[in-house]
Amino acid sequence: MSQEHIDEAISREYAAGFVSDIESDTLPPGLDEDVIRFISARKGEPDWLLEWRLEAYRGWQQMTEPKWAHVHYPPIDLNAVSYYSSPKSMKDGPKSLDEVDPELLAMYEKLGIPLHEQEMLAGVAVDAVFDSVSVATTFRGKLAEAGVIFCPISEAVHSHPELVRKYLGTVVPRKDNFYAALNSAVFSDGSFVYIPKGVRCPMELSTYFRINEAKTGQFERTLIIADEGSHVSYLEGCTAPMRDENQLHAAVVELVALDRAQIKYSTVQNWYPGDAQGRGGIYNFVTKRGVAHRDSKISWTQVETGSAVTWKYPSCILRGDNSVGEFYSVALTNNFQQADTGTKMIHLGKNTRSTIISKGISAGHSSNAYRGLVRMSPKAAGARNYTQCDSLLIGDRCAAHTFPYIESRNPSAVVEHEATTSKVSDDQLYLCQQRGLDAEKAVSMIVNGFCKEVFKELPMEFAVEAGKLLEVSLEGSVG
Amino acid sequence: MLDIENLHASVNGTDILKGLNLSVKPGEVHAIMGPNGSGKSTLGHVLAGRPGYTVTAGKVTFLGQDLLELETEERARLGLFLAFQYPVEIPGVSNMEFLKAAVDAQRERRGEKPIDAVSFMKTARETCKAVDLDPVFLKRGVNEGFSGGEKKRNELLQMMMLQPRLGILDETDSGLDIDALQVVARGVNSMRSPDRAFVMVTHYQRLLDFIEPDFVHVLAGGRIVRSGDKSLALELEARGYAWLEEEVA
Ligand SMILES: Nc1ncnc2c1ncn2[C@@H]1O[C@H](COP(=O)(O)OP(=O)(O)OP(=O)(O)O)[C@@H](O)[C@H]1O
Ligand SMILES: [Mg+2]
Repeated sequence: MSQEHIDEAISREYAAGFVSDIESDTLPPGLDEDVIRFISARKGEPDWLLEWRLEAYRGWQQMTEPKWAHVHYPPIDLNAVSYYSSPKSMKDGPKSLDEVDPELLAMYEKLGIPLHEQEMLAGVAVDAVFDSVSVATTFRGKLAEAGVIFCPISEAVHSHPELVRKYLGTVVPRKDNFYAALNSAVFSDGSFVYIPKGVRCPMELSTYFRINEAKTGQFERTLIIADEGSHVSYLEGCTAPMRDENQLHAAVVELVALDRAQIKYSTVQNWYPGDAQGRGGIYNFVTKRGVAHRDSKISWTQVETGSAVTWKYPSCILRGDNSVGEFYSVALTNNFQQADTGTKMIHLGKNTRSTIISKGISAGHSSNAYRGLVRMSPKAAGARNYTQCDSLLIGDRCAAHTFPYIESRNPSAVVEHEATTSKVSDDQLYLCQQRGLDAEKAVSMIVNGFCKEVFKELPMEFAVEAGKLLEVSLEGSVG
Repeated sequence: MLDIENLHASVNGTDILKGLNLSVKPGEVHAIMGPNGSGKSTLGHVLAGRPGYTVTAGKVTFLGQDLLELETEERARLGLFLAFQYPVEIPGVSNMEFLKAAVDAQRERRGEKPIDAVSFMKTARETCKAVDLDPVFLKRGVNEGFSGGEKKRNELLQMMMLQPRLGILDETDSGLDIDALQVVARGVNSMRSPDRAFVMVTHYQRLLDFIEPDFVHVLAGGRIVRSGDKSLALELEARGYAWLEEEVA
């Protein structure tokens, strides 16, 4: 493919890049204990939670930003960030969908988010987090019948304090890392899910995150607890408006799979990636981790096409015997995007198993790194890991890197690692074009073929969405 | 249907085609022979519009259109098909998906809807049979791990599915066993029709026993240096190319 073709293909516009004109309540930029007290008070939080936040904040002050990732960006001025923004009309919180600001609903329509009845029939319950506040949780009635709790975490703090208090910070400790500590101090909202013992959640649960306000950070916090023998599938989608300045997103997700429980967590991440010159875009520094107890299973599936800089390693701590961890990832970078993403599989229990399938696609001037850790602890007798890590390059100005770390301290554990790097070649594109396909169609077909193994892990209705997202993100990228 | 006048073309700054003339009418079969490196494949790629191949002079008309003005994929959709001398692999994209996308691209140009999956599958399976490929090849990645002969038959499969107006076959007979050669011949012969033409690049007179050409041309030094009927191929088989090259010089 000629360079012009590549350039043209890469220069596709960001489809979710509108700004919503909604009056909002935004805290002035800067962070100190008063800001934390403000956030906590605004949410009417109990004292223990305020103390929990302050403790995280004090820890964070002693910490420094991690520098080991294979990404480069100018220093982030964390005092120029606003740590709280909520749509004004939501001050008292909506009681039902009818009370939700119509502008907001219109925006979600634009995003294609299924908030309304007809889409609910599709069986998706949606929690939408707009800037920092959860604005609507659909389908609660049906979920309540099954005993499933699915609500904003700020609400769970009041309605189910015992669960929140018991599990919050147990998977990702407050001082786990710089961004997790920051999140623990200032998190404003996110989703809370509890599936009772033996219950199969009757529908997909879904959260859409959107950053709207300028100069706001988004620090959502999600906590999912699957009690013994329960099953849940959860999907999150993310978008943000196009802005010239960079915006910070530092989320924490904690999953707890108790004995025999199964959690499937899927992400379609399309935060604004910046423009073709590399201006603007979201800095996405996320800590996602799950603890798997005996005979349980945690499966992470992610399709990542957005963000200017991504730093993200959804991980599994396979604590219980026979527990299973899976990580299926498609990470696509284009233009000047940088991604350093992968997973950690920490095998603690006997006969624990993990599978890692990572597909990295780099186009434009982007850089895409896979970083994965597989650790077999001395007690992990009979544990097994299989890792397959494939990179696909489009054009010749992008880069792919693979950083696998394997630590095996049990001689009976088996770790397998396979890695490939391939290129969408000019000859492949020529073959496609000679058969009548245009270059964009050809690239999207090749990339979709490359990602097949991961797409088949996504809930069906989202697999289509993911395919389309790749197509849009790539349009112009290799011809 | 295809008129090439005084075609000059270069690859990476090297002149390869140096004033080539060729005229192909509907219904005809032309064989092109010539020494290695003489520019036969280059001709195919220039006609197909391969990026990096630059036309420096001359004119090509295909079905009344200025071919050189068209994008690669537009030429294909118009009915120009090139069976590659060295087919490339596209791992992960199934043959079936690839073929359907190609068929649909042509239909789209004609203003038709995408072909329905059932009739597509039916035609694809039948065509597999015609080229002696097991239908499981439809599920495999395009040319992925195919043997040399299987790749050639896969080119034929694509051509039969796409039903082009002009088929350019670049050594589709090379590397085939004798049975496979018959398969290719049968496939091409079954497609011969008054409104379709073929240009076959080959090194072997043998193929021409099975597919009877109307014309045989010798391409040497970037030009057609001799044209004749089938007997020219026999003469070449007996005498090689040296005498021709000398004559031209
Ligand atoms: N990319 C390229 N850069 C430089 N020279 C090239 C390139 N591609 C082809 N050539 C040269 O062009 C000339 C013609 O090549 P071409 O492939 O058309 O020959 P051919 O007649 O098909 O030969 P064969 O019978 O061996 O297939 C050769 O000398 C070849 O080395
Ligand atoms: Mg050749």
